[in-house]
Amino acid sequence: MSIEKITNPFDARHWIGHMEADYMYTLGVVGERFFKELKENGRIMGTRCPHCSIVYVPPRMYCERCFAKLEEWIDVGKKGTIHTFTIATIEKDGKKLEKPVIYALIKFEGAHGGMIHKIDETDTVCIGMKVEAVLKSPEERKASINDIAYFRPTK
Amino acid sequence: MSEKIKRYLGEEVKAEEIKEGKIPIEKFKPKAKYAWSAGIAISKFLEELKKGRIIASTCSKCGRIMVPPRIYCELCFKPTDGWTYVKDTGTINTFSASYLAADATRLKEPIIVAIIDLDGASEGMGIIHKIGEVEDWKQLKIGMKVEAVWKPPEEREGAITDIKYFKPVKEAATL
Amino acid sequence: MYGKKRVAIVGAGLTLFRRRLKETGKELAYEAAKMALDAAGLELRDIQSVVMGTAPDAFDGVHMKGEYLADGAGAYHKPYTRVFVGGGTGVFTPLAGWWHIASGQFDTCLVVCEEKMSSCYPHPQYAFTTIFDPILERPIGMNLIWIFALEMQRYMHKHNIKKEHIALVSVKNKGNALDHPCAQLAARITVDDVLNSEIMAWPVQRLDVSPTSDGGAALVLVSEDVAKEITDNPVWIDGVGWCIDSTHWTNRDLYYPDYVEYAARMAYKMAGIKNPPKEIDVAEPYDPFDYKELHHMEGLLLCKKGEAPKLTAEGVTQRDGDLPINPSGGLLGVGNPIAAAGLMKVCEIFWQLRGEAGKRQIPGDPRTGIAQAWGDLMQYGSVIVLRR
Repeated sequence: MSIEKITNPFDARHWIGHMEADYMYTLGVVGERFFKELKENGRIMGTRCPHCSIVYVPPRMYCERCFAKLEEWIDVGKKGTIHTFTIATIEKDGKKLEKPVIYALIKFEGAHGGMIHKIDETDTVCIGMKVEAVLKSPEERKASINDIAYFRPTK
Repeated sequence: MSEKIKRYLGEEVKAEEIKEGKIPIEKFKPKAKYAWSAGIAISKFLEELKKGRIIASTCSKCGRIMVPPRIYCELCFKPTDGWTYVKDTGTINTFSASYLAADATRLKEPIIVAIIDLDGASEGMGIIHKIGEVEDWKQLKIGMKVEAVWKPPEEREGAITDIKYFKPVKEAATL
Repeated sequence: MYGKKRVAIVGAGLTLFRRRLKETGKELAYEAAKMALDAAGLELRDIQSVVMGTAPDAFDGVHMKGEYLADGAGAYHKPYTRVFVGGGTGVFTPLAGWWHIASGQFDTCLVVCEEKMSSCYPHPQYAFTTIFDPILERPIGMNLIWIFALEMQRYMHKHNIKKEHIALVSVKNKGNALDHPCAQLAARITVDDVLNSEIMAWPVQRLDVSPTSDGGAALVLVSEDVAKEITDNPVWIDGVGWCIDSTHWTNRDLYYPDYVEYAARMAYKMAGIKNPPKEIDVAEPYDPFDYKELHHMEGLLLCKKGEAPKLTAEGVTQRDGDLPINPSGGLLGVGNPIAAAGLMKVCEIFWQLRGEAGKRQIPGDPRTGIAQAWGDLMQYGSVIVLRR
């Protein structure tokens, strides 16, 4: 049997198909409360581990370090700091974006971890920059991460 | 279960609660497209199907005639040595009448599917295909003889569906 | 004894099994894992290694699902392994956990299984179709139920078994599940209910099939030294076996699962079992469909080929019979969150041998139990032998 190098799968005899799937994810026991708070009260919440003194944002049901069940919820406010960022020039399907979009990992004061979100109302960004969340209006919120429209530099 | 365990965790969510918007959810649809390489053995198999023939591969060590063909004998773990044609007739090894389509939707008329042991291949060498031209599937029996019904040559594309289905053979008057 | 250390199970945990649970996969893994740790009287820092068993990423809808579930399984900053053999995963995961300790490398191992099939909608059955060969099988329009229907048909034909005999398994298991606190589909049904239920793919009817489910299960495994310190009642893993056949499933005679027999022989040899029906007090074979319990009883050498329906009809496999089979209620009654379902069976044997199964407890003094799982494209068997 011969072995040839072929790099384009369409050059070998092939069968075309696709794998169909639709997904519907529950938000989780803790996730549901986080997003309800965001939607109804416009608050960003975390959960606190009493043994390790860590506040997790986004919140979770258990402390990954000591496995304790987390029941204390804390409002972490809307202000944070940029921990790292990137500027996207293509969208997820590979097409070029009309205008580049800034994505950042935003850390909240006193909390462990952070949230990935868009940065807007600025063309420049740097690590350590102070930012604040801009929420959509209450009628537009859907209990989703996009209830936060974007983060902008604090004045 | 341990009488020591007082409570089992898990919060049930009913389909109605999601439909009525009581439980928030996130939706996502991945788009995954594929171009699967047929491979060396199956490429040949598909080309032969286009010509209206079924080809098998043979192993000189265990003597099996294998359909679908393969480039290695999985029992002897050595390359297969040759090719040979098998008939497009066979025997029903097992069958089912399915009222479910691939996506789990219900069908009014069942799809009859069977594993057909092909004549000329080693014993128990079956392929899966549909059974057609059956008025009452309840009359089908394991062991019944069937033959392939092919698409006309101009419609064949080198696919397992170049055989439309297998149909029961009318009993021969004499052997 | 195989390996450097004897391995014991000292705690087990189980969540509810339901068609859809609110918990994310991580939360399910956590709930089961925490329950097992609490039952064993241990904390996360006592755990040196973690093994996670979870079946295709396609159900939960998260690529690299093993990594996603890791922190929920307590694996934060720990040596972590994910194993996956389709339906066989639930019994294979504790086998992999056994390797961790028997090799001498670790003294403790947390074994967790999780499945969240409800994320794939409208029905996870469609995700299953990608198991079939894309070129030779999928173009025919395969549905997963077909392979079971074809196998059931062959099994019935070979031994001249009637559907009524097979339906008895569904009646028994769904009835047994009425005493299981986590059960999804426990019910008192009759053979007629089964025979009159909707035909899915003949000869499979709706009440022959287990549901799709969300759920989690977990075990704590420890070495002999640790077991002696923390409990008076360890349950030992005395036999492990696993075996796979090829995906050329149309080239096989489907009436008998050879690969289950090979896995069983491997486990029995290690456990020193020479006469399985006599030496085994309770068994949990995999029962995603009712005929599968019979198929697997024979593959596990608990009876002769073709004899399983007779034993069922005679009541031998009831909880108070000579060889109780699936006292938990099995997948048919409790539910089928693929990987967690198999581990649920191991949890059941653990509780039965300790006398902690409550209303499901089989009488007498059971000392040896087995659990078996089956998976992939009609091709995989994993067997575990537990002893007290």
